[in-house]
Parts: sequence; structure tokens; C-alpha cells
Amino acid sequence: MHMFEYLQPRTAIEAEALLLANEEARAISGGMSLLPAMKLRLAAPSHLIDLSGIEEMRGTSVDDNVLTIGAMTRHAEVARSSVVRQAIPGLAALASGIGDRQVRNRGTIGGSIANSDPAACYPASVLGLGATVMTPRRRIAADDFFVGVFETALEPGELVTHIAFPIPERSAYVKFQQPASRFALVGVLVSRSRDGTVRVAVTGASSHVFRVPSLEQALAAEFTPGAVENIAIDTEELNSDIHGDADYRAHLIPVLTARAVDLASKPDAVGKI
Amino acid sequence: MANKVSLTVNGRSVQREVEPRTLLATFLREHLGMTGTHIGCDTSQCGCCTVLVDGDAVKSCTMFAFQANGTSITTIEGLASDGRMHPVQAAFQEHHGLQCGFCTSGMVMSIVELVEKYDGLDEASVRELLDGNICRCTGYHNIVKATLAAADVYRSGSAAATHTDTLLRS
Repeated sequence: MHMFEYLQPRTAIEAEALLLANEEARAISGGMSLLPAMKLRLAAPSHLIDLSGIEEMRGTSVDDNVLTIGAMTRHAEVARSSVVRQAIPGLAALASGIGDRQVRNRGTIGGSIANSDPAACYPASVLGLGATVMTPRRRIAADDFFVGVFETALEPGELVTHIAFPIPERSAYVKFQQPASRFALVGVLVSRSRDGTVRVAVTGASSHVFRVPSLEQALAAEFTPGAVENIAIDTEELNSDIHGDADYRAHLIPVLTARAVDLASKPDAVGKI
Repeated sequence: MANKVSLTVNGRSVQREVEPRTLLATFLREHLGMTGTHIGCDTSQCGCCTVLVDGDAVKSCTMFAFQANGTSITTIEGLASDGRMHPVQAAFQEHHGLQCGFCTSGMVMSIVELVEKYDGLDEASVRELLDGNICRCTGYHNIVKATLAAADVYRSGSAAATHTDTLLRS
């Protein structure tokens, strides 16, 4: 691995200044994606800005029907949090299914969404729950945040500090996982808000997480598994790889959506995925 | 900044000068000479390098020593006390939970966290929750048996599970 300098700021503002001052610097949170990339020489930062000492970026809270999670909160913490399990049980269930136990003890929600891995689980929750991504500079709507493969709307040096999730009436996430990596071959998060708005976000199937208007409209009219089972998904933008071709992923999207609707309709379903 | 890390390893306070790129696994094995922690795949898959960092099982090949600054680490060398094996080690011996032994130290450390943090474990949940550790010999059967036996010891003994409500994937 190449040499780098290691810096540990205490505030998000300080971290952003360090990132801006060093063009080749990278922020590291849990390091579950960045550290393996550095071993492979896919990333060779001049400086690592370790965010783990920034207390303001940790923890969970609920205020005015919004669940706010600090970007440095680890997957295991989200999965176990009584605050999250009560507010959005589907989100706690999603976190409990990421990677393996050791990965969940290190990886963070902010790191996952800032990385925008096409097959990561958390982006589906941010988009599917209509969350707001907060940085020291601004608030970014989920619909504007994920823009491409490993690409987000974040500007150079800009850090995710918190994610604010409006608490839905119900939601659930179901993934069809690649059995070795536990990444989503396809993952679907379905939510229905208190005013009846339905969002369906799909990860693993394309360059980045996306919504499916045809499924959302069908579920807004009738929130049942049967409402979406026979809706065909256009394969043009979908991934094909050794694990599954675009037709296969297109088939999985309404199937998993129906399962998520079923799961979301069960009271207190924390979710066997 | 001074490239010095300061942490506790198996109850012993340790300070060393290291390069920032030094992995925790390398630090334990090469700087401290504690070779019980194994490096199998070096790609975050196999879990042979699992140690406890402040009680959490982590893959020490996927963490810089610097990230462990100020923490308390437990490795396989720190489990037995007063010549008595830890209940997970004893269960591995009793149920023959190993063959070649390469994965064993990481497997045992991972299972220590499992039995300490999770209640209501059964065969299916143990198999699921051990997905971060790979064994190429045993087919996992006796590892699962040993885990369930160790979990029973924890449940019945003074070492009560710390998170009794959190069998997360039931």
C-alpha cells in the first residue's frame, strides 16, 4: 500500500478544510470500501482524514416525525438502535443484513451513501424513504443525491454529516443477495408515507439506485403485492453481469417489490430477509 | 503528527511508532509478535484475522493500527485466564470445532462476540451470523455445535448476554 498521512480532525468543518487543502486527500469512516481499494491500488490518497473522532456525526434521534442518523453511525448500531427499530423498523432490518457481522461493526451509513456503490443497500433506504442528506454546507434531497456509479452530488471536500429520514407509515426492504458478497443483486425498498405517497427505490440493478414510477403509481392506487406482480420493467438501463442478466434483474424488481409490500404490511415486521 | 499509536492489547498498555499504512493485523503480528491472529485472504472475506476492538468483532486486516488508537483489543492470546480456557475455546475442544486450525483463532474471536451479544441463538441464526468467517475444512458442522454449546454456557452461567433483545435476524 502507498504511503499517506493520517489526520484526525474533531469537527466536520475542520475535516472539510483538510480535504480542501489537500487535493488527493480522502475521508475515511469505517473504511470497509476505501481500505480494500487502497490495498488494490485503486485508490492512493495522499492523506486520510479519519472521521471517527467527530462526535457530532454519531448517533440517532427522532424529532418532529423525522429520524436523524449521524453519518458515522455504524451499521450494527443502526440495526440495534431502539430509536431506529421503533421509528423505521425496515431501516434497522436493512442495516442488519449488510455485509457480515464484522463489516457491520465498522461500516457507516455516511460512508455507504457517499460511496454510492451500485449494489449497496443503504442508498435504497435514502432514496426510498425520501431522506435528506445533510452536509455542513447544505441539505440535499435524496432524489438529487445519487447521480452515477460511485458518484454523488457531493462537491470536492463536502462531507455527509447526517441523514434525515421522514418516518413513514410503513416500509420494508428486501434484497436478493449475491451469496458471497451479500451485496444486492437486486434490492428494493418500498415505503408509504402518512399522506399515502409511495416510493419504490431499487439498488443493485443499474449504475446507481433509482425509483420506479410505474410501481409507485400502482401501489399508490392499491398497496398490495398483487398490484405490482405483473408490471414489466424496461431492461434498457439494467446491469448484466455473471451473476444475472438484465432480464433476470428486471424480473426480480416487481417480485421483490411485492415481497417488500407484503413485509411492510405486517405489523412490527423487523424483517427476515 | 507523531506516528505513534497507543492502545491496550489483552489488558496490556502498548505504545509503538508505526507508519499510518500499517494494518492492525500486521501491527499485532509483526510489531507485537502476537501471531495467533492469522491473515488468510487479506481482502476482508475470510475472517481469520478477527479480533475484538472494544468488544466488537472486526477484521484486523481491514483496519489501520491508527484507527485502533485508544481502543482496547482482545486477541486469541488474551482469552484464556489463569490457565483456564475461555468457554468458546473449551467448546471448540469438546466438540472438535477445528481441523487444520488456520481459521480457528478468528472463528473463536468472532464467536466470542456472537455469544456475548446475541441471545436466542439457534443453528440457523448461528450459520447466518458466522458468514464473516470462512472455514475450508470442517463444513462448519462442529463449529456450529461448539457455538451453541458455548452460548448455553453463557446463558446459564454468570457471563450473561449483554444484548438480550437483539437476535436481529429472527
